[in-house]
Amino acid sequence: MTAAGLPAGPGRRGCLIEALDIVRSFGQTPALRGASVSVAAGEMLAIMGPSGSGKSTLLHCLSGILIPETGEIWFDGSRVDTMPETARSTLRRQRFGFVFQFGQLVPELTAEENVALPLLLGGIRRAQALQDARAWFGRLGLDGLEQRRSGELSGGQAQRVALARGLVTRPEVLFADEPTGSLDSLTGEQVMNLLAAAARDQGTAVVLVTHEPRVAAYADREVVVRDGKVTSLSPDRVVS
Amino acid sequence: MSVPFALLGLLEREPSHGYDLKRDYDAYFGRGKPLPFGQVYATLGRLARDGLVVAAEAEPGAGPDRKRYVITGQGVTEVEAWLTEPVEAEPHLQTVLFVKVVLALMLGRSAERYLDTQRGAHLRRMRELTELKRTGSLVDALLADHGLFHLEADLRWIDMTAARLSSLAEVVRP
Repeated sequence: MTAAGLPAGPGRRGCLIEALDIVRSFGQTPALRGASVSVAAGEMLAIMGPSGSGKSTLLHCLSGILIPETGEIWFDGSRVDTMPETARSTLRRQRFGFVFQFGQLVPELTAEENVALPLLLGGIRRAQALQDARAWFGRLGLDGLEQRRSGELSGGQAQRVALARGLVTRPEVLFADEPTGSLDSLTGEQVMNLLAAAARDQGTAVVLVTHEPRVAAYADREVVVRDGKVTSLSPDRVVS
Repeated sequence: MSVPFALLGLLEREPSHGYDLKRDYDAYFGRGKPLPFGQVYATLGRLARDGLVVAAEAEPGAGPDRKRYVITGQGVTEVEAWLTEPVEAEPHLQTVLFVKVVLALMLGRSAERYLDTQRGAHLRRMRELTELKRTGSLVDALLADHGLFHLEADLRWIDMTAARLSSLAEVVRP
């Protein structure tokens, strides 16, 4: 059994998470038309592509938020797309972390309660969860902001709180959808530096959706989603 | 640079006289900077010396302008290779990128695959510069930023061009 309480599948050698030939539509509109991609443990993969190309849909399928109509999603030897919703929910909570474009902090909670939220949902007692959450504030340059609510944080601060929330459970995969999309260049760079360093330190794989080349440049590898299919960008050689 | 390959590519499309090559080069790639006749014939001479083109017999009314040039098999192979190889990622590449895309479309080769390869080469260089920013001094970071912004501009051009390939193909294909 896996940590999420799921039966182990055949797995794919060298891959932590993999999409195989997935198809997903919204009504009559196809978003993915046979997309395949894999991510190794600890690897940072950038998924690029124009607006409407299907890159966010691919992230949502990889993370078990959406189920493809056909094709397969595998994570650590388990088939994700055929799991019951409760098992996928457990998987997302215990082994995945998420960061979105607009932070999406819970406005009624303080910054430290927001960071502690995934731990609390996972059954960690409150005092311990808050203690673990506070450890992230110094690490991400957020000292002194623990008691602020989201309305009292700048965009960059809120996104760093969201990053701490995404990483506080020490997930095996962090899914980041345009994590700097709402920030200015310099603040976005700070967030990406922190994201890359933190993920590297704890061996978290990152699936990063972005349309910005400067953000993709933090990744180990990048793919482009175009017309619902994935193209790898790996030049064989470069000439002058 | 790209002039010999541009002329070679135009010759793959059809055998031509030097005058016709200059006219087509100026129309597609010159953009306000016409190719001097002297450079056309000097380039054709080098291409012939290297076995990439052959000059047919001079036609009546002889003179350099009366020779018809034909690409060789080796010349076609060179064009093919050049059109698929990414250029080293550095600022101010627009001329080379543009020539490669237009020639690929003109010759019915995959401009999209070339653009993907070039995109990969650019991103790889951006990764190196990003790492330099992370590990280097502030001066290194500022220099890296200069390169990053220029490469990013190229990438935006690549994205826009990739989105317009079918329209561009209609313009450059006779």
